[in-house]
Amino acid sequence: MEAFLHQFLSGLATGGIYASMALALVMIYQSTHHVNFAQGEMAMFSTYIAWLLIQAGVPYWLAFGATVILSFAMGALVELAVIRPVRNAPVLSVVVVFIGLMVIFHSLAGWLFGFTIKQFPSPFPSNAWYGSTFMSPHEVGAIAVTLAVMAALFLFFRFTPLGLAMRAAAQNPVSSRLVGVNVGRMLMLGWGLAGAVGAIGGMMVAPVVFLDPHMMGGVLIYAFAGALIGGIDNPAGAVLGGFIVGVLENLIGSYVVGTELKLSVALVLIVVVLIVRPSGLMGKTIVTKV
Amino acid sequence: MSRLLEVKDLHASYGATRVLHGIDLSMREGSVTALLGANGAGKTTTLRALCQMMVSTRGAIQLDGKRTDGRATEDIVRLGVAHVPDGRGTFHGLSTEDNLRLGAYLRKDKAAVAEDFERIYAYFPRLKERRRQQAGTLSGGEQQMLAIGRALMSRPRLLLLDEPSFGLAPLIVRDIFDIMRRINEEEKVSILLVEQNASLALDIADAVYLLETGRIVLSGTPQDVRDNDAVRRVYLGE
Amino acid sequence: MPPAPQLLPDDTPTMSSVNPLAPATSPVVPAASRVWHPALWLALPLLAALAFPFVAKGYLIFQATMVLSYAVALLGLNILTGYNGQISLGHGAFYAIGAYAAAILIDQASMPYWATIPVAGLFCLVAGYLFGLPALKLEGLYLALATFALAVATPQLLKYKHLEAWTGGVQGIVLMKPDAPFGLPLSQDQWLYLFSLAVTVVMFLLARNLLQSGVGRAITAIRDNPLAAETMGVNNRHYKASVFGVSAMYTGVGGALSAIAVQFVAPDSFTMFLSISLLVGIVVGGVGTISGAFYGALFIMFVPSAAEKVSKAAPWAVYGLVLILFVFVLPGGVAGLINRFRQRRHA
Repeated sequence: MEAFLHQFLSGLATGGIYASMALALVMIYQSTHHVNFAQGEMAMFSTYIAWLLIQAGVPYWLAFGATVILSFAMGALVELAVIRPVRNAPVLSVVVVFIGLMVIFHSLAGWLFGFTIKQFPSPFPSNAWYGSTFMSPHEVGAIAVTLAVMAALFLFFRFTPLGLAMRAAAQNPVSSRLVGVNVGRMLMLGWGLAGAVGAIGGMMVAPVVFLDPHMMGGVLIYAFAGALIGGIDNPAGAVLGGFIVGVLENLIGSYVVGTELKLSVALVLIVVVLIVRPSGLMGKTIVTKV
Repeated sequence: MSRLLEVKDLHASYGATRVLHGIDLSMREGSVTALLGANGAGKTTTLRALCQMMVSTRGAIQLDGKRTDGRATEDIVRLGVAHVPDGRGTFHGLSTEDNLRLGAYLRKDKAAVAEDFERIYAYFPRLKERRRQQAGTLSGGEQQMLAIGRALMSRPRLLLLDEPSFGLAPLIVRDIFDIMRRINEEEKVSILLVEQNASLALDIADAVYLLETGRIVLSGTPQDVRDNDAVRRVYLGE
Repeated sequence: MPPAPQLLPDDTPTMSSVNPLAPATSPVVPAASRVWHPALWLALPLLAALAFPFVAKGYLIFQATMVLSYAVALLGLNILTGYNGQISLGHGAFYAIGAYAAAILIDQASMPYWATIPVAGLFCLVAGYLFGLPALKLEGLYLALATFALAVATPQLLKYKHLEAWTGGVQGIVLMKPDAPFGLPLSQDQWLYLFSLAVTVVMFLLARNLLQSGVGRAITAIRDNPLAAETMGVNNRHYKASVFGVSAMYTGVGGALSAIAVQFVAPDSFTMFLSISLLVGIVVGGVGTISGAFYGALFIMFVPSAAEKVSKAAPWAVYGLVLILFVFVLPGGVAGLINRFRQRRHA
């Protein structure tokens, strides 16, 4: 029973990371109806930036903040320079561009920082009071950070004029322009936020899996699965889905198929959800009009 | 009387398809101008061209003396234009209240915005009842009210209305047209009204343009239109 | 508004205008001024290909054999993504299945190498069809997502310890290079190249006939306007799943050829990088073309290994830049460029 609880809670901790990434994916999906295949690699690159700052002697939370801001800018810039020009292109072109982005960020990190594994510090000391036999302080901290980010985004989107404008721009760009919303700027904002959220996710997962260019490859798949399970157009669903995937991955990995096949579990989850209930648990069923 | 809107030799196309072939149009401040014509004449295209929305245009559009052709929609809106498009353009996934709030997106005067909420609710009590409801679940008539309400929330100088009567029950249409008259008289909002229902439009307008396959074929007062036998037969069915 | 860059042009040309393997009939040009007879476009490269192993050295011949295997694999991906519009980011999986099928049949069933090609192909045909059935429900983006996950999961699946008895686990399977039959005076490399060339030519001819037929038109109709295709009587479900099967078959045959050429299969040869290589191959070569498969194969064979000499990260970087560049600048790929050039000369 203890082992089960430990696995469950551990799953929640990793689930928090997946939830962050899933949220970033959903934010971009909502505003553009595109899946950002490069989300993981961008987050990984951001984490390297944080690492660089910390290596240079910058205190952790300062580096954290600076990275979040830089990642915001990076996301916004990518939207403007690379994604905006192809926004009306057919799906294949868009997918190819996203894959291209993913590959570029991956190789850029490898080229700039090398492929050797690096350690990344956790801001949550290993003997902190909130640790226990079931969850390490970092796991607790990571979940707390994830939930804090969720809450902040929720408040932003729900209660600020800018958040409302972004939601409007995502739903109905034409009508948004008619009320004076600059849709292009909203898109940049959305990508910037996604970049920032991804960076936070990366910085939370790096202490556990160690920092290297391949760090986010698997995480992206789990994030996809989480976003799909929760509903790819629903932020709350994405978060829920992320946690579900984290727990399932751990439980199925420990008790059913063994850890080597965890990614395949994600694959099966993705395929099953897409076939059985493509709108996910909380998404809206999309009916294509014939 | 100052010219609020001045359009000269406007051509408009969707991609390679030309819809407007050089139209001239002008509006005085405070006027209710009707733009009539059959299906496919280019009425909606004209309104879209004024907002630079989804069409490519050639020709001069001047709002209050300032050229607006070639500018972004959101910039034109900033000059005081509100457009209630065909299909209403409501944000289905947002609440009624949020829809109205978006209408005031560009405004900074919070207190006045709050007043305007009350004003709109006074015009359209049904919207107040359903203010937290998702806009997509409102009936057709309510969505039309919401679309007009949203436009009014920006305190526009020029209101563009695309077929406000479309698909609505006669009683609701009467209410909406009454409100439009009030808005024009009390708040001095100029209205450019596109309508297929010609007699409705003629009742409320003080200037009329008749559009046929992308060209203005008649312009004048409502009486001019009523006096013209051919037009009367075709558009008023008498 | 600037035109949106796209890999498949609006006026997506019919087969004969993009495929130099078909006679290029141009009614505008008087026969006398045409120096090159259309059949030369096919015969010359073929003759060059046949002569090649006798003028080149061993390692280059091996690389050429790999180019052929990639070409067949890319043709498979192009049939699915270029002609039928189903985006696959995971075709490396089918390449792996074909390679492993051939390897296992040779290693464990002692099947002669030449027989493994059609058997591996058949196996992949079925596997592709079975994957294509649930994929029917997935449109564009979602299919890309699912196949992406497949690509990432493939090495893990291949290393799975319960399949080790067959797959050889992490170490994989080692094979022996076959000798030329009937005592022909050819080196192993030369024979293998000619064998692969024969297989490649057969596969390409089959593809050309398929895509130029009514079936081929149905396939592209589904890509261009699935609703219209359905209303015209094309059974989308059947076609799409079948195309998946055929596509997997081609890529699997490519994989099988590579297994025999490399004499070795191991899980780490079939990572995400391979699936992305295949994507790069069709983008560079030309989406929706047959000749593009060759140009793409040449690219993915030689460019990454050259780039690797510069830095470990360089192959990926080149891929990324090329992908984005081609979407913006050269959406028709090399095949499209060549076609434009030819049309201008004939004009």
